[in-house]
Amino acid sequence: MKAFTFERAASVAAASAQAARLPGAKFIAGGTNLLDLMKLEVEAPSHLIDINSLGLDRIEPVSDGGLRIGALVRNTDLAAHMRVRRDYGVLARALLAGASGQLRNKATTAGNLLQRTRCPYFYDTHQACNKRQPGSGCSALTGASRSLAVVGGSDQCIATHPSDMAVAMRLLDATVETQRSDGGHRRIPIADFHRLPGSTPSIESTLEPGELITAVTLPPPIGGKHFYRKVRDRASYAFALVSVAAIVQRDGRGRIALGGVAPKPWRSEAAEADLQAGARSVTAKLLADAHPTADNAFKLHLAERTLDAVLAEARS
Amino acid sequence: METCNDLCITRRDLLIVGATSAAVVANGADAAQPASPAPAAPSPPPASVVTFRVNGQSHRLELDNRTTLLDALREHLHLFGTKKGCDHGQCGACTVICDGRRINACLTLAVMHEGGAVTTIEGLGQPERLHPMQAAFVRHDGYQCGYCTPGQICSAVAVLDEIKAGVPSHVSPDLAGRPLLSAEELRERMSGNLCRCGAYSNIIEAITEVAAKAAA
Repeated sequence: MKAFTFERAASVAAASAQAARLPGAKFIAGGTNLLDLMKLEVEAPSHLIDINSLGLDRIEPVSDGGLRIGALVRNTDLAAHMRVRRDYGVLARALLAGASGQLRNKATTAGNLLQRTRCPYFYDTHQACNKRQPGSGCSALTGASRSLAVVGGSDQCIATHPSDMAVAMRLLDATVETQRSDGGHRRIPIADFHRLPGSTPSIESTLEPGELITAVTLPPPIGGKHFYRKVRDRASYAFALVSVAAIVQRDGRGRIALGGVAPKPWRSEAAEADLQAGARSVTAKLLADAHPTADNAFKLHLAERTLDAVLAEARS
Repeated sequence: METCNDLCITRRDLLIVGATSAAVVANGADAAQPASPAPAAPSPPPASVVTFRVNGQSHRLELDNRTTLLDALREHLHLFGTKKGCDHGQCGACTVICDGRRINACLTLAVMHEGGAVTTIEGLGQPERLHPMQAAFVRHDGYQCGYCTPGQICSAVAVLDEIKAGVPSHVSPDLAGRPLLSAEELRERMSGNLCRCGAYSNIIEAITEVAAKAAA
């Protein structure tokens, strides 16, 4: 691990301003992903700003009937919160499908949105990776790509976003609230938060330098049956090959988002309008622009069948 | 362990001694050439002071910022019960209970725990007065080589607290209800602790026994 200086942030505004002032600075909250990457020197911040004592760890109702989740709310607490379990079941289910008990106790809401891909070539500093080292190439394109993206990637990068929670947040149309380094604030719809790789795979979100996530807000609950079905290589504690987040209403209409298939949670409002027509119709539209490799083409079938299983469960 | 603190030379100590000898040799060479300036001493890596409690005892440490909680426990406080397995949060051997919650000590910096309270396996029990979970692991043969065991036990103690607090899991059938104390629940909740000897079934029996006694 490279050496770094360390400070405990005194306020949200000061943390943001400091991060913008020091180019090599990073925020640290749970640290479960960042420290892992620092040990491998995939990440090498010169300065860490510990934001754990900023009081961003509350879950509070919003006047419109929604829920405001502080950036530092731990995954365990979010999944266990009674409002989340009752009104946003897909979010509780997605959180509980991710990581291990130990990691969920540390991992935060904002950190989960910002976690980096588990593409093996991103982790291996001896391999070419445009995300880790812009311009170096992408070993994954001709390498072992079984776990990687089938849609939304580019000829520069086919990494997937690893989060389960983010898929549920996208399904629920969450809003990311931030503090900017100039003292201002922003509200970013989750659909616009993560960026596709295109020619700049190293830029993964629309956050600006120093911008700090302060909360994630959920709109009022929309009812329906909630599902998060995750398919992986072992029954627990593994990343998704494919996951389906769904809210299905009594009339068969609803919302669908996929995890494990793309560089960001994958949802299309046009595709989910076909939900009553069945899984094949939805995934045909949702994955119409897919460019799978020979190794991961199975994900197209797996996505359809997983959605089919979810819809069958919704009908039962 | 006190004896060991006095007598053991750690690999780190050996490296420090080695580096000092090398510096002495280099300075000696410089002394033969009085015209050359003294070499600049390398600046020490950035460090911070942190104060936290471990097993009820307060410690004030000045640590290289890079020191994980795991390394602080093992290398600085000489609490060798907590194990380093993968050092990447994948195996759970380093599980400790921090402010009442189980965490991977390898994936957190010691300097992030200012004012915190850590319980390690040494704090749960000692050979002469085992924690009920330790005794159950012995009774049920919940280990073979024993390397993962401290992490398994810290995790298991916290799992029972989590179930008691009503925290749901991936396999809880009803999010609104209270989680059950089933083998399926325990297996899911213990999935962050790997045991390459494969003592899993005995581990689940040990935890089940402790849970049943606590409920009785």
